[in-house]
Amino acid sequence: MLPAHLRTLARVGAEVALEVPLPVTIASTLDALEARYPVLCGTIRDHDTLRRRPFIRYFACEEDLSHQPTDTPLPAAIVTAREPLIVLGAIAGG
Amino acid sequence: MSKVRVLVGTHKGAFVLTSDGKRENWEVSGPHFAGWEVYHLKGSPADPNRIYCAPSTGWHGQVIQRSDDGGKTWEPVGNKFAYEGTPGTHQWYDGTPHPWEFKRVWHLEPSLTDPDKIYAGAEDAALFESTDGGKNWAEFPSLREHDTAKGWQPGAGGLCLHTIVLDPTDPQRIFIAISAAGAFRTDDGGRSWKPINRGLHSQYIPDATAEVGHCVHHIAMSAQRPGVLFMQKHWDVMRSDDAGDNWREVSGNLPTDFGFAIDVHAHEPETIYVVPIKSDSEHFPLDGQLRVYRSRTGGNEWEPLTKGLPQSNCFVNVLRDAMAVDTMDDCGIYFGTTGGQVYASINAGDTWAPIVRDLPAVLSVEVQTIA
Repeated sequence: MLPAHLRTLARVGAEVALEVPLPVTIASTLDALEARYPVLCGTIRDHDTLRRRPFIRYFACEEDLSHQPTDTPLPAAIVTAREPLIVLGAIAGG
Repeated sequence: MSKVRVLVGTHKGAFVLTSDGKRENWEVSGPHFAGWEVYHLKGSPADPNRIYCAPSTGWHGQVIQRSDDGGKTWEPVGNKFAYEGTPGTHQWYDGTPHPWEFKRVWHLEPSLTDPDKIYAGAEDAALFESTDGGKNWAEFPSLREHDTAKGWQPGAGGLCLHTIVLDPTDPQRIFIAISAAGAFRTDDGGRSWKPINRGLHSQYIPDATAEVGHCVHHIAMSAQRPGVLFMQKHWDVMRSDDAGDNWREVSGNLPTDFGFAIDVHAHEPETIYVVPIKSDSEHFPLDGQLRVYRSRTGGNEWEPLTKGLPQSNCFVNVLRDAMAVDTMDDCGIYFGTTGGQVYASINAGDTWAPIVRDLPAVLSVEVQTIA
């Protein structure tokens, strides 16, 4: 699932289904996402360091995975597309 | 008949305002890139249908959008702004070294002759160029690596390169300004840069006449006289008659010489416009009266222009890139406010009327005059 600004930018709906090679991780999922939608490069993670942008969060299966190493395998429910990997624009403001 | 297109960057998107040459009835299109901060958008002088736009958000960073049909449709182009080599450090607000980090594009300046060539001024201060219509960007590192750069400090809005002025008679000459480093000029197409701040006097730095460290807010130039520059500094309105080598103050009888925006009449190179703002801590007009000041003598003697502008309870700001002129025979002057109004004058400032009143805070205004 993508935040609203990125759906508009990539001209997609709320959910994007991706073929991701095993092992499925946050990094490999984002690699697949950016390969299909190059316009998203730099908008979720840095172009070169691939570090998560500060106000972006990764949620899955009711867990915040934002601070895990991005090469950690994702839960089976994500890999089998039963649950989404949520890329979230964190609440910012007052 | 000629057409005028006003390009408005706002806190929450871009708007395109279009009128025929009479400039009485305006069609408003937008918001484009709704929700994104659009610091600047500008059309190519070589192809008015081509417009470049720089939306950004705190969540997703910078993207660059390009239109090839006058702002009706847009396509994202390249958004990778990488500093050349190891970027090094500049001074932080507390005086400690701080790594150079790209944050956003403040200003886009399309080439005067090539629609595929465009410059981008960035925070942290750097100048980038694209020669393929915005797909790829390359830095001019010699500016960021200037001998004085380690001592540059950010202004309140960041260490931003916010002004790019191209010399129509010399493609190798570019003027830029950085808050709060000052003004610089290249005469060799960006290979080397020279600070051009002699004559500036800034009481908020230890050496008031230092080579760099001045908070230049904006620079304007008449295409008819490229050697003559006008500057709105943090405080002081300045003028140079030798391409920035020397500056002299022309604030004259302005009621306050703090401000952000400055521009030059399209056909009268001695007619200039500023919007005086009360002070560096009170960013609104004096006495709640929104007044553009015009000098027909290249500075020093200024007259307030008030007809059609609110003269009570007005506490908006006019930001540095939020004033522009068209090139119609009766020169039109345009400016936008942080209250979301875009005002236009079709008689060189004598009278004003709002084109729109309720946009998000206006960050930039540019004008295209289309034959």
